[in-house]
Amino acid sequence: MRFEGTKDYVATPDLMLAVNAAIRLQRPLLIKGEPGTGKTMLAEEVAAALDLPLLQWHVKSTTKAQQGLYEYDAVSRLRDSQLGDDRVREIGNYIVKGVLWQAFEADKPTVVLIDEIDKADIEFPNDLLRELDRMEFHVYETRQTVRARHRPIVFITSNNEKELPDAFLRRCFFHYIRFPDQDTMQRIVDVHFPGIRQDTLRAALEVFFGLREVPGLKKKPSTSELIDWLKLLVAEDIPAEALRSRDNKVVVPPLAGALLKNEQDIHLYERLVAMARQNR
Amino acid sequence: MLIDFFLHLKHRKLPVSTREFLTLLEGVRDGVCGPSIDEFFHFARTCLVKDESLYDRFDRAFGEYLGNVQAIAGLEAELPEEWLRAVATRHLSPEDRARLEKLGWDKLMETFRERLREQKERHQGGSKWIGTGGTSPFGNSGVHPEGIRVGGESAGNRTAVKVWERREFRNLDDSVELGTRNIKVALRRLRRFAREGASEELDLDGTITATARNAGWLNLMMRPERHNAVKVLLFLDVGGSMDDHVKVCEELFSACRTEFKHLEYFYFHNCVYESVWKDNRRRYSERIAVTDLLHKYGPDYKLIVVGDATMSPYEILHPHGSIEHMNAEPGAAWLRRLLDTWPAAAWLNPEPERLWQYRQSIGIIRDIVGERMYPMTLAGLEAAMRQLSKKH
Repeated sequence: MRFEGTKDYVATPDLMLAVNAAIRLQRPLLIKGEPGTGKTMLAEEVAAALDLPLLQWHVKSTTKAQQGLYEYDAVSRLRDSQLGDDRVREIGNYIVKGVLWQAFEADKPTVVLIDEIDKADIEFPNDLLRELDRMEFHVYETRQTVRARHRPIVFITSNNEKELPDAFLRRCFFHYIRFPDQDTMQRIVDVHFPGIRQDTLRAALEVFFGLREVPGLKKKPSTSELIDWLKLLVAEDIPAEALRSRDNKVVVPPLAGALLKNEQDIHLYERLVAMARQNR
Repeated sequence: MLIDFFLHLKHRKLPVSTREFLTLLEGVRDGVCGPSIDEFFHFARTCLVKDESLYDRFDRAFGEYLGNVQAIAGLEAELPEEWLRAVATRHLSPEDRARLEKLGWDKLMETFRERLREQKERHQGGSKWIGTGGTSPFGNSGVHPEGIRVGGESAGNRTAVKVWERREFRNLDDSVELGTRNIKVALRRLRRFAREGASEELDLDGTITATARNAGWLNLMMRPERHNAVKVLLFLDVGGSMDDHVKVCEELFSACRTEFKHLEYFYFHNCVYESVWKDNRRRYSERIAVTDLLHKYGPDYKLIVVGDATMSPYEILHPHGSIEHMNAEPGAAWLRRLLDTWPAAAWLNPEPERLWQYRQSIGIIRDIVGERMYPMTLAGLEAAMRQLSKKH
């Protein structure tokens, strides 16, 4: 099994190497990077490229590690017992399988995505150490041990909101997705808009990277924002000239709201553009 | 195999563990990375470095290691050579090359590599090294060294040397001063510290579950409350020698502002005396007595003082020592009062840590705050937050 990127997803060589190392050596791969650089998409694309089922576990601030293994639905059991349901005698009826259990008992290897692990409690990663390491866990209620038939390929994404524990990190591979440079960006856009006019694209990318250089922006536009913006440009059929005014002066690009999501950022940018004009 | 490499990384203060090293070897054995040094570099980084703020340190350590060792187990012997060759080819005229070929490529490469290393060590030798002495094979090529160092750019083959020489992750190193990106990470550290609390509340879900498990007998469960329990008092030094640090202080301040519900901030100049102020424009008209603060804010507040602690020792130790007014009591007395009232305290100093030992006043203040002075870098901030979140 080797991941070589897909037709919808441009992976840089170092990212591919990290993914393949994780697959080969069966270690979880921890992915960090600026928002909108395709961290979550990576797992989806790897699953698609290798033709493996994808199991997703989206972590929230209230998520417990246990929920990824299984949950004991005590409330249903209580209700059933009061209604005199026969199922109540078998505790196994009230064990709800979590994502990892599903992955462990699958017939073929699976891709497991643990999305935004940093959202959960600080202890969350520690609670998963053994499960991710040995790929097995014990079900207390039914006294059984679940062991992985095939070790799943595990992707973990993090937005850096919390520090992850060292013991956890040591068991993972780590890759930081850098913001794509102009060439990579060109390839990414080509994937999404095969028919886009080259002059429009070039002008748009220029505006985009220029915008990212503007100091003091609260939120720099990212890849996903660029894609949205290009979608709008294509839909509105805006020519390349509109991105640069006729006398090659800087202008606020049309539909800039798709790139700058913050009102202060838009004001700041407009002020800078106005200043740049006066200086000419 | 590669043990030197591992030890070198350790020596460069990278937190690498034996386990990760064994994984690296396993990967190399299984051929996860190809024979090219570029792939080895990326694989080693994936394996050993788990934090992007350490990428830069790793890049540098890797470069250094490669500088010392010409070939590790045949893995990377070829590429630097290839790279040098490419660079040389591009920057030498055909005549030069013809002439140099008489010397033999091997000899040439040897010299070239030596020059390159020499240049790296000196770092700003400028155009000197390439012009040195008429005997140099590169004497009349007129190539600027800077041009050679970034030369590989358009060659198409993304050679490894370039990658770590570029040091793309430079601004993520956590020993650098806080910057626009870095402040975000620091801010998150503050948030973590802001979420801790100890009081208890009813755990409804837990109670239901426990009751159900208990076959219907009520079983109350309690759990610690999750809220922003941390209260912070921020004292900021303004003016004078702090002018150099305005930007970094502003960043820290704005980060704190959004993070804490209970944040009170006050300004002072050089040292805290009997009064402070909240608005710099009205610093003379609207002053707040420090005694009022001492009574108003309870000991559960955490005290963070931001200042460079750079002043004349008189300003701390002597009555009437202040440069602005006649203070009846020395600054040190006021500082001690603050520390007595708020035992959880830290002093953040924007001055680089290496300069601290040369400033007498910094030594005095460190002594007063009980060594709880931290540089205003990410690492320093982290240490300060750790210290603050301890029980006092």
